[in-house]
Amino acid sequence: MTTVDTAMSKPADRTAALQRPALAPSGGGLWRRSYGAPLASIAVAVVVLIAWQYLPPMLGVPKYIIPRVSDLCLEMVRLWNHENLLRHFISTASMSVLGFVLGGLLGAVFGYALGLLPTWEKVLSPYILALQIAPKVAFAPLFILWFGYNAWPKLIVTILVVFFPILVNVLQAMRIMDRDLVNLARAYNMSKTKIFIKVMLPFSMPNLLAGLRIGATLAVIGITVGELVGGEIGLGYLISFGQGQANTAMVFDAIGLLTVIGIVMYWAVTAVESRVLHYLPKAAGAPPAKP
Amino acid sequence: MLGTSTVLELRDVARRFPGRSAGAPPFTAVRNLSFHVGEGEFVSVVGPSGCGKSTLLNLIAGLDRPSEGTVYLHGAEVTGPNSSVGFMLQKDLLLPWRTVLHNVEFGLEARDMPAAERRERALAELKRCRLTEFADRYPYQISGGQRQRAALARTLAISPDVVLLDEPFSALDAQTKLVLQKSFAETIAGSNLTTLLITHDLSEAVAMSDRILVMSDGPGRIVEEIDVGLPDRDNPIARVSRPRASEIVKHLFDALHLGERADA
Ligand SMILES: Nc1ncnc2c1ncn2[C@@H]1O[C@H](COP(=O)(O)OP(=O)(O)OP(=O)(O)O)[C@@H](O)[C@H]1O
Ligand SMILES: [Mg+2]
Repeated sequence: MTTVDTAMSKPADRTAALQRPALAPSGGGLWRRSYGAPLASIAVAVVVLIAWQYLPPMLGVPKYIIPRVSDLCLEMVRLWNHENLLRHFISTASMSVLGFVLGGLLGAVFGYALGLLPTWEKVLSPYILALQIAPKVAFAPLFILWFGYNAWPKLIVTILVVFFPILVNVLQAMRIMDRDLVNLARAYNMSKTKIFIKVMLPFSMPNLLAGLRIGATLAVIGITVGELVGGEIGLGYLISFGQGQANTAMVFDAIGLLTVIGIVMYWAVTAVESRVLHYLPKAAGAPPAKP
Repeated sequence: MLGTSTVLELRDVARRFPGRSAGAPPFTAVRNLSFHVGEGEFVSVVGPSGCGKSTLLNLIAGLDRPSEGTVYLHGAEVTGPNSSVGFMLQKDLLLPWRTVLHNVEFGLEARDMPAAERRERALAELKRCRLTEFADRYPYQISGGQRQRAALARTLAISPDVVLLDEPFSALDAQTKLVLQKSFAETIAGSNLTTLLITHDLSEAVAMSDRILVMSDGPGRIVEEIDVGLPDRDNPIARVSRPRASEIVKHLFDALHLGERADA
C-alpha cells in the first residue's frame, strides 16, 4: 500500500515547506538548470521511443508481446475510427473527475468534522485506519453485485479511493493546528464559525491540497479498476477487451491515455495549489515562476 | 502609579490542572494570586520558567477560567475573552496567508465594522508602528522585529485599554530588542494603555515598567512587589543607564535566587 504511505507522509512535508525560509537562488546555475532540465527530459523521451521502436524487433521480441511505437500509433487511429475511442475516453475522464470531486468533498467534510469533534475522531480512528489500509479497489466486484452493471460501482470505488488520503490529510492539519493561533482568535472574541473560516480552513489548505494531489492520481485507478471488473465503456473496458483479443497495442494505448488523464488532473490540482498557496516562501531549488 | 482607578484586579486566584495520569492529584500551577493594576500603569511579572506566568495571562485574557478566586476587569468578573483586552505572545502569530495589512485587520474582523473603516484603522496603526511600506508584504517577507511590530499593530488596532504581553521580545536579537522596547514604550505611553508584561529579562522589566511583580514557583505565587520609581518610562534605553535601575536588577537577581539555581 504505497499510496497510503504517501498519503500519510505528505502533510509533514507541507508543513516543512511552511516553515522553511526562502533561500536566495544561487547565481547563474538556476538559469542553466531551468532550461537544461526540460531539454534533457525531452531527450530521454526521444531516446526511449527510438529504443522502443527498434530494440524489441532486434532482440526478436514478437509484436504481440511488445508492440512497436508505430504499431501503437496505428492502433490509436484504428481505435478512433472503429472503436469509438472518444466515447470511451470521455467516459473515463468525466467519471474520474466526478469521482475525484465527490470523494474530495466527502473527504474534506469528514476531515474537518472529525477534526472539530475529537471525541468522535478517537472513537472512529481504528475504523478509519482499517478502511484506509483495506484495498478499496477490491470492493469493486462487491459493488457490481449490489448495484449492477452501471456507473455506480466504479464511481463508488473511486469516491472511496479518493476519500481517505484527503480525510487523513485534513485530519492531520486539524491535529497539528497551532493552538495559539486559535487562542489568539478567541482572545479577539471571534465566533467559532469565524475562527473556522479565518484560521482553521486556511491553515489546513496546504494539507488539503496535498491530499487532493494524491486523490487526483488515485481517482484514475479507481475508475479503471471499476471498468476492468465490469461494464462495456471506458478505457478500462478497452484494456480487458484488448486483452481478450490478444491486442497488446490496444492495451498499451489505453494505459497511455489513462496516464494522460491522471497527469492532466494532477497538473490541474498543482495549478490550483500554486495559486492558493502563493503566500508560502518558494522552496530552494523550485523552478522560478513563469513570467 | 499613574492611574487612580483600578482596571485589573485578581482576588485569591488559583488554577489547578488535572493530574498527569488518572487518579493523580491535580497539579496546582498558580495559587493565592492577588494584585491589581491601575489605569495607565505598566506592570511587569518576572519569575522562573514554569511558575505560571503564561497561565496567569490566559486567566486575565479570559481564555482560561480560574479554579478558585476571581479576575476582575473594570470591576466586572472575567468569564471569557473581552474585546477591550489586547493579547500578544512571544510568537508573532501572524497568519502566513495574509499580508501585513490584512493581519492587522484580523482582530477587527471579529466586530461588525464596515470594511472601509477597518482598513482605515489598520492603516493608521501601521503608520504608528512605522510599517506602512510593508503593508502588502507577507509575513515571511519581513524581519523578525518587523513581524513583532506588526503583531503589536494588530494588538493595538482593536483599541484595547488593557494589553497583555507574554515575552514579546524574547525571540529577538539584542539590538532589535532594544529598538523594539523603545518603540513599544513610546507607543504604549502615547496611548495611556494599562499593560501587563511578562518577561524573563530583568533589565527589560526595570526599563519598561512602573511596578514589578516577582513570582516564585511550586506553585506560582507573588513573593515580592517592587516600585520602580524611575522617570522616562517612554525611553527604556535612557532608563537602564541610571544607577537605581541596576540596583533594582541586582535586587531582582537576588530575589529570584538566580545565583543558586542550577536549572533554567
Ligand atoms: N494545560 C495544561 N495542563 C497541565 N499543566 C499545565 C497546562 N498549562 C500549563 N501547565 C503547567 O503549569 C505550569 C505553569 O505553566 P506556564 O506556561 O504558565 O509557565 P510560565 O511561567 O509561563 O513558564 P515560561 O516562563 O517557561 O513560559 C507548568 O508547570 C506547566 O507544566
Ligand atoms: Mg510562558
